[in-house]
Amino acid sequence: MADHAHAETLALRVQFDTAEQQKDASTLGMWIFLITEIMFFGGMFAAYTVYRTWYPTVFAVASTSLNAPIGAANTCILLFSSFTMVMAVRAGQLGQQRMIVFFLVLTLLFGFAFLGVKAVEWKEKFDEHHIPGQAEFHLEGLPATQQATAQLFFSLYFAMTGLHAAHMVIGAGILIFLIVHARKGRYSADYYTPVDVAGLYWHFVDIIWIFLFPLLYLIDRHLGK
Amino acid sequence: MSATPKSVAPARPEATDYLTVETSIRSWLLPTDHKRIGLLFLCATTAMLVLGGLLAMTMRLELLTPESDLVDPLTYDRLFTLHGVIMVWLFMIPAIPSGFGNFFVPLMLGAREIAFPRLNLASFWIYVLGGAIVLGGLVAGGADTGWTFYPPYSTSSSPTAVVPILIGVFVLGISSTITGLNFIVTVHALRVRGLTWLRMPLFVWSIYATSIILVLATPVLAMALALIAIDAAFGFGIFDPALGGDPILYQHLFWFYSHPAVYIMVLPAMGVISELISTYSRKPVFGYHFVAFSSLAIAVLGFLVWGHHLFVSGQSLYAGLVFSFLSYFVAIPSAIKVFNWTATLYKGSITYHTPMLYAFGFIGLFTIGGLTGLFLAALGIDVHVTDTYFVVAHFHYIMVGGTIMAYLGGMHYWWPKMTGRMYPEGWARLSALVIFLGFNLTFFPQFILGYLGMPRRYHAYPEEFQVLNVLSTAGASVLAAGYLMPMIYFIWSLRYGKIAPANPWGATGLEWKTASPPPLHNFDETPVVTHEAYDYTTVMGEEIEVG
Repeated sequence: MADHAHAETLALRVQFDTAEQQKDASTLGMWIFLITEIMFFGGMFAAYTVYRTWYPTVFAVASTSLNAPIGAANTCILLFSSFTMVMAVRAGQLGQQRMIVFFLVLTLLFGFAFLGVKAVEWKEKFDEHHIPGQAEFHLEGLPATQQATAQLFFSLYFAMTGLHAAHMVIGAGILIFLIVHARKGRYSADYYTPVDVAGLYWHFVDIIWIFLFPLLYLIDRHLGK
Repeated sequence: MSATPKSVAPARPEATDYLTVETSIRSWLLPTDHKRIGLLFLCATTAMLVLGGLLAMTMRLELLTPESDLVDPLTYDRLFTLHGVIMVWLFMIPAIPSGFGNFFVPLMLGAREIAFPRLNLASFWIYVLGGAIVLGGLVAGGADTGWTFYPPYSTSSSPTAVVPILIGVFVLGISSTITGLNFIVTVHALRVRGLTWLRMPLFVWSIYATSIILVLATPVLAMALALIAIDAAFGFGIFDPALGGDPILYQHLFWFYSHPAVYIMVLPAMGVISELISTYSRKPVFGYHFVAFSSLAIAVLGFLVWGHHLFVSGQSLYAGLVFSFLSYFVAIPSAIKVFNWTATLYKGSITYHTPMLYAFGFIGLFTIGGLTGLFLAALGIDVHVTDTYFVVAHFHYIMVGGTIMAYLGGMHYWWPKMTGRMYPEGWARLSALVIFLGFNLTFFPQFILGYLGMPRRYHAYPEEFQVLNVLSTAGASVLAAGYLMPMIYFIWSLRYGKIAPANPWGATGLEWKTASPPPLHNFDETPVVTHEAYDYTTVMGEEIEVG
């Protein structure tokens, strides 16, 4: 290695010696980013845990107001999107450029479907006056003294699902970026790291929802009826 | 550690160092070179140090007399809030990691670049964006909540612009998280051949430990701030006791970040001190393994002590007892460092260059700051001195006496490497002395004031406290003069300083094995490491500059 630096390509940036080293670094970087995301959401899950423990009855009643069948359907949509994302990564490994694009587009469509359903759910909440911080807030089935506490549930509901949706929107942006580049034939069996690490991110956002769905929609639902 | 180039480096044309390889404005605003990004961070954070210092100076002037005369009470509240926000998030947290860390971690690893250069550039501009939002909030009226933003005051009662400041700090958190991530991957992936973990310089160890905290703690702060911003903006009330929410929960989330953040501020400083002590006593750091692993121990234990900020907030007594005990525990790795630095000096060939003076200053002041921290970790004493100037003096001994001393020491130590010029040694020694004296005159009286019961965060005080306050304000003026001197002679030296050799201190790190200033990709020949860190048997004496 007489020359310290070498010519730069996408698969081998100047700071790395081998393409494998670069891929490992990128993957490690994404895993560390996901750890930061776990800590980020962790603050909210901690708040949820505290309030759920303090106000179990109010939370049970409030959770019955959420539409569980629609939530379940949305969960399925998201699981399908994870499957198509895996297929996109697999297509990357095999260097099938058209299949990368195909599966990324499918993933994107599932993502939009999830966000659409979520928007419908939020709209319902507005119509039912379940928006915290509003004077007309009212949750059926609870006495007037507990209306304030019920707002806490919906504060957490909107904060948690809203933040999750924001991550979905960012994920959609990443998918569009990947689709544009994949169409140009930028990814191959030798270099598909962006698809790979975007896949990690997408699955992470899925997993957050896998936790949110039972926490908000399902736990103790029978007690609230 | 030592590097043996495989062959003699070929003669390199003069104009290919990282400063001159490209000179367009664009190449300075959008560099991906870790050294330029490090310089940008150093310039920006130093500007913030000046701004934060001016705010502090205004407060000290107000406190010259017991009455409220210079500023009105609300303005005073805004001053200490912004002083805290600017010093913590715009100066202290990014200064050493994002500044020196960016510049020197890849060099010390023998790498050509940091792992993700464009992400690194994004980190800088996100920092600028966050800073702009905070300063915009300052123009819009500033916040008066203190840098801790406790609800429900911050979410409902404060008459000031809290939300923009919250958003600004959130954005700054993104910047430091990215930087931490970049360092972790760089240390794992880009160590040069022969550079095993236990051969890494201690500065790299401390930046690695800091990065772990940055990555694990900062997101929790981000969430805490996001939740109070939502509360304040939409009236959600997650921390609003009127709805059954818990303001103490916010304090837990905030300090889960903000206590480890203390170690984000001081661990990199400790790394700098390890380099300085070794270089200027020409000995390997005593107990290298202990010093290296004590950094990780501080990073881990730092996560278990946040509750000592909540001793008087209504937290359960048993939680208080546990947090008190754990807070004592964190003193152990800090003490290991102090003892090992001192032991390194034993039978060393000590030279009193300016960076070494700062290192001595650090050890003394950090020890005072650390020991008074033990007073505060004791439940009984803490109840007595909570929210008094004793606390203010304690953490300024750590932050100013520790971190800023190391920041200035590092600035002098690495100035020849970064700029290719030597600073004027005489002036530098004088300013180090002035800063040391000014610092102690400013903050030592505050220990006494606090112990006598003067509360922090008030613009006025009873007349009996005036003498000590006058001393403190006088000290602040001396300190300001001390800080001004390096700013002048550093700029002077850029043009008139002596040309620096590659290794002016006879130091052992890889950063000294390349030219001053280094070429774009750091080394002409890829180095190979064959020795432990700080192996002075391999450094030739002839390069040493006698100052």
